[in-house]
Amino acid sequence: MNTKRLFRLASVVGIGFALSACSSSSDDPVVSVDTDLVFEITVTNLSANQPMSPAVVALHQDSYQAFETGASASVALEELAEGGDNSALLASLASSDQVLTEVGGAGAIAPGGSELFELSADDNALGTLSLSVLSMLVNTNDAVVAVNSQSLASMAVNETQTFYALSYDAGTEANTETADTIPGPAAAGGAREGFNATRDDIRDEISVHAGVVTQDDGLSTSVLTQADRWDHPSVLVSVVRVD
Amino acid sequence: MMKIKQLGFSVGLSAALFSAPFASVASAADLTVEIENLTRSTFFTPLVVAAHPAGTSLFDLGAAASSEIQSIAEGGDISGAETLLTSIGATQDNNPAAGLLVAGDSATATLNTDGTANVLLSVAGMVLPTNDGFVALNSIEIPTDAGTYVYYAKAYDAGTEANDEMIGSGTPGEAGFPAPGPVAATLGSGGTGIGASAEGFIHIHRGVLGDTNAVGGESDIDSTLHRWLNPVAKITLTVN
Repeated sequence: MNTKRLFRLASVVGIGFALSACSSSSDDPVVSVDTDLVFEITVTNLSANQPMSPAVVALHQDSYQAFETGASASVALEELAEGGDNSALLASLASSDQVLTEVGGAGAIAPGGSELFELSADDNALGTLSLSVLSMLVNTNDAVVAVNSQSLASMAVNETQTFYALSYDAGTEANTETADTIPGPAAAGGAREGFNATRDDIRDEISVHAGVVTQDDGLSTSVLTQADRWDHPSVLVSVVRVD
Repeated sequence: MMKIKQLGFSVGLSAALFSAPFASVASAADLTVEIENLTRSTFFTPLVVAAHPAGTSLFDLGAAASSEIQSIAEGGDISGAETLLTSIGATQDNNPAAGLLVAGDSATATLNTDGTANVLLSVAGMVLPTNDGFVALNSIEIPTDAGTYVYYAKAYDAGTEANDEMIGSGTPGEAGFPAPGPVAATLGSGGTGIGASAEGFIHIHRGVLGDTNAVGGESDIDSTLHRWLNPVAKITLTVN
């Protein structure tokens, strides 16, 4: 078994469970895994009317980045950005040597809502430890809100760090704002397409999101209203090292 | 008094030379400054990239723009700022993109402050298309420890020109914004102009409105292409 998978297990079931498993089944490889670092990560949606798709939260080495502005998005990121589907991105994280642990959210995070994640990693990882959090703003064509590889290195126990996340335009889908192309609830009555492999935005590059125009501001084909607008930052990520 | 106030760069000059505690301490740093345009489809005109002495600043938020900032913000002309920065002994590597810095691209300036008192870093350039918007990093303290430092820079409104969003002039005091070829290719035309007036002070830019009418409407700016939200630039400072 690879150790990363074990860390992931530990993060899902919680450290208490992992430790109790330790004493009850001494032949299980889990027992030898030292998950000294434990982080509680709270993701809060600061937007007015943009539900966040189930989030991806990962601990990794500082050399890892899920994306770079000015570069083209991976297909895994495109699937998250256009349809809120985090499965390919989670699989990609799971297969990366630079990633220590990754977790998918339990569900959408409503405006004003939050979700608590607990992730663990080996204490040897602290020197280069970094955090990424990604989710789609679902009442958009392809907006991803992200904490993109921010350092947690050298955080002490009980120390807290907060990150205000920017949202990004994945650049993979034209920002038509129509009910047929937006998967979120604002597009009720439309086809609400998620992922489409065609890349038809003005340029196939990730940029900081410019926000939505909306029908209330003159884009007649938009299904969105003034209520769907947002500004940076749209998500607050609070990290506490608890062990 | 008014004149001194207008010369934003020189306000702090005398203080820096004669009373600032660090003025006599030579800084010694070999710096690279990478500026990345984070916007969707907006241009930056030639950028000022300068290290300058303690006590000096590019501009004061809430105050009237200097003529040098006005020239940058309305027309992308950095010559006045360059002259003023030279007069206070700044270390400069201006216009690293050798022209327009297009959306998604980066440009890197190098500054060597050895033997100078230049401990602050500033970056400024016009955001196009806007009437008098400029992206800036204003007088941040250059870290003394070697390493890489990331700053996200905002766009400001110089407050010197009405935001009518019309193609026009880059000359300070004249309406509209300049539209060099690559920019013009993305713009509409024939707008009637948005009713707005110059605000009179430097503030966080409220963004552009634009419209979806390429041959009319109120604005020559395209609302589906040219809008942006702050921050508009990522600035990576490497202290070697």
